[in-house]
Amino acid sequence: MTTTALQPRLTDVGPPSYDKYLPPVVRKNYGQWKYHETIAPGVLCHVAESGDRLYTVRGGAPRLLSIETIRKFADLADKYCGGYLRFTSRNNIEFLLTEPANIEPLKRDLAAMGIPVGGTNNSISNIVHTQGWVHCHSAATDASGIVKSVMDALCEHFTHEDMPAKLRIALACCLNMCGAVHCSDIAILGVHRRPPKIQKELLPNVCEVPTLISSCPTGAIRPATWEGKPSVEVIEEQCMYCANCYTVCPAMPMSDAENDGLSIWVGGKVSNARSEPRFSKLAIPYLPNHPPRWPEVVEAVVKIVDVYSKHAHKYERVGEWIDRVGWPRFFELTGFPFTRYHIDDFKHAGLTFARSAHVRY
Amino acid sequence: MADAPDGKKRANGLPDTKLLDDLEKGPWPSFVTEIKSAAKNSESARDLLGQLELSYEDRKSHWKHGGLVGVLGYGGGVIGRYSDVGEQFPNVAHFHTMRVNHPAAWFYTSDALRTICDVWERRGSGLTNMHGSTGDIILLGTTTDQLEPTFQELTHEGFDLGGSGSAVRTPSSCVGMARCEWACYDSMKLCYDLTMHYQDELHRPSFPYKFKFKFSACPNDCVASIARADMSVIGTWKDEIQIDEREVANYAAAGLDIAKDVCSHCPGKCMDWDGKKLSIENHDCVRCMHCMNVMPKALRPGKERGAVILLGAKAPILQGALLSSVLIPFVAADELFETIKELVSRIWDFWDEYGTNRERIGELIQRVGMPAFLDAIGLDPVPEMVSAPRDNPYIYYQTEKEGEQ
Repeated sequence: MTTTALQPRLTDVGPPSYDKYLPPVVRKNYGQWKYHETIAPGVLCHVAESGDRLYTVRGGAPRLLSIETIRKFADLADKYCGGYLRFTSRNNIEFLLTEPANIEPLKRDLAAMGIPVGGTNNSISNIVHTQGWVHCHSAATDASGIVKSVMDALCEHFTHEDMPAKLRIALACCLNMCGAVHCSDIAILGVHRRPPKIQKELLPNVCEVPTLISSCPTGAIRPATWEGKPSVEVIEEQCMYCANCYTVCPAMPMSDAENDGLSIWVGGKVSNARSEPRFSKLAIPYLPNHPPRWPEVVEAVVKIVDVYSKHAHKYERVGEWIDRVGWPRFFELTGFPFTRYHIDDFKHAGLTFARSAHVRY
Repeated sequence: MADAPDGKKRANGLPDTKLLDDLEKGPWPSFVTEIKSAAKNSESARDLLGQLELSYEDRKSHWKHGGLVGVLGYGGGVIGRYSDVGEQFPNVAHFHTMRVNHPAAWFYTSDALRTICDVWERRGSGLTNMHGSTGDIILLGTTTDQLEPTFQELTHEGFDLGGSGSAVRTPSSCVGMARCEWACYDSMKLCYDLTMHYQDELHRPSFPYKFKFKFSACPNDCVASIARADMSVIGTWKDEIQIDEREVANYAAAGLDIAKDVCSHCPGKCMDWDGKKLSIENHDCVRCMHCMNVMPKALRPGKERGAVILLGAKAPILQGALLSSVLIPFVAADELFETIKELVSRIWDFWDEYGTNRERIGELIQRVGMPAFLDAIGLDPVPEMVSAPRDNPYIYYQTEKEGEQ
């Protein structure tokens, strides 16, 4: 299948230059933008000091894209905006227009493709997510299927700016968390709940025992010998199912169809606006893995969105709303049970204990 | 599109995917439709569909632990992936991912996208992620023999692989000066310049673990640098917020409750609206962006612009998640490139020397202590580095050196 190598062989060329694909209006007004306005959900207008206007139309994409769909996006960019487009940090696609008359025809073409327009300001934007069963070996759950199911339920909030503040959801299919899942308004996190199953015959051939032992943050992995060969044993009550051992040693698989599942976390943010960036906190320790639609997960996320949008003040992110009303109220309003799992017992656990007599009744 | 007699194959050659088919319904665009679209012309996309359906039945991943595959002279950029049901789905038995370093802030022309699509149509599954979590273009799935030719075609088209393993990972930046009035430094250019400067460290893993750079040009932090990057560079300004009084009045006239919607949310409590005039005590402003986010036409960052440099964010593995914390409270925009290069070389020297296997820089600082780390990189402590001074008296007093108090 291989063909003759291209000559000369090039390496270390790096990415295309940062300005290579910028539209002319951006080149002209680079660093000279004055302000922006929202024309409609998913449609922004940036105005430059020169008076030039740049219109952005933002559409939601599933992140996993076929080349057929990417070519359709390229055709739309040629048709409406000189071939210039970009993607966002949340896997949305943005068309960069100078001609406002093209906005509505582009929106119609996107609608015909099944691409919703929105995701700006106080909407629920696209869900940042990971590979899941599509392409990852350590996944405790799928990613794309849950994202699709949750966004089907929340699509109206993508196309309308109807939240008190912006609401950002992220999903990671295991604790490795490819992406900023741990600082999201709502985070969906795949979890294992059983210790690794040591593959004793395989282990001596594929793993370095000292590396494996030092990979465990709780010291649950101890040296042992098996049939005269160096191996390990797991102190199971010390295991908190992080799967770091599996990352360094393929003979320590964690995957368990019956016990793997999802946890839900709330109230994180990365923006510095108003309050400081912060981690998301545990709302639901475990929900089962029920493909293809994960109804328990969808119901939980929709519940949080509904309760938040009903009770939060304007501009309050989920975490800022909970700051004001308190965690007891959050659990009361959502109906989620508060359990022993909600109280931290890892390092620095005391920092999240209530260390005052401030109690709401 | 009726099922074939054996119930396994459909008339058009796609596998029977009863569970996944449900995910083609509903208003949100479907990844299953995307895989089926690629499967029309790609046997590996077809087998991916079949294997994924099996995962949906079994509720577990059918990918094995990665293997070492790559292109000549690089130690990263390719993620080896093998199926554990390769006999059933031979076209994804080997299904490796290539990470391709994206253009800054993910700007493309239609021709650039078509170029990538054409390469990937010839060389791989025809499936992508636009984009991966770190920012790369993800080319999803090909065989070992296609890696080198794909790489060569990409480099001749002006693209290169991204990072993986214990290396500099593909840096990413927000849209910055290309389309944002809040950009306090040129995040796209800085991202590009440093990516080029660190090509060797990006392609040839030589660190204890990964090192991520992310560049956000204002404190809204659109690339989540503070949560994800070992080094987070977040734009800010030093002088006074620029106020356009006429636009402030226009917002008020249009019905914005400035006292409630703007001033009452100010974390520095530095803004006052008397019904006619907005006044700001800039010394008390923490540069949070809320007022500008609400009134973009009336308020803008000051003119003395630059960035805060923060260090140490990471996800939970291994010793718990960390957010980046302040290392240098302000570096002027035109000094960022040189300052970061110098700072990074000192940080990497220390990390190379003392970091253990798979220890991120944030965890190393936790282990040795921030004061010892500051000593090692030759940076003086400043109060901006902490939310408060320590509240415990367990202090490692040092023996006074001659001439010191």
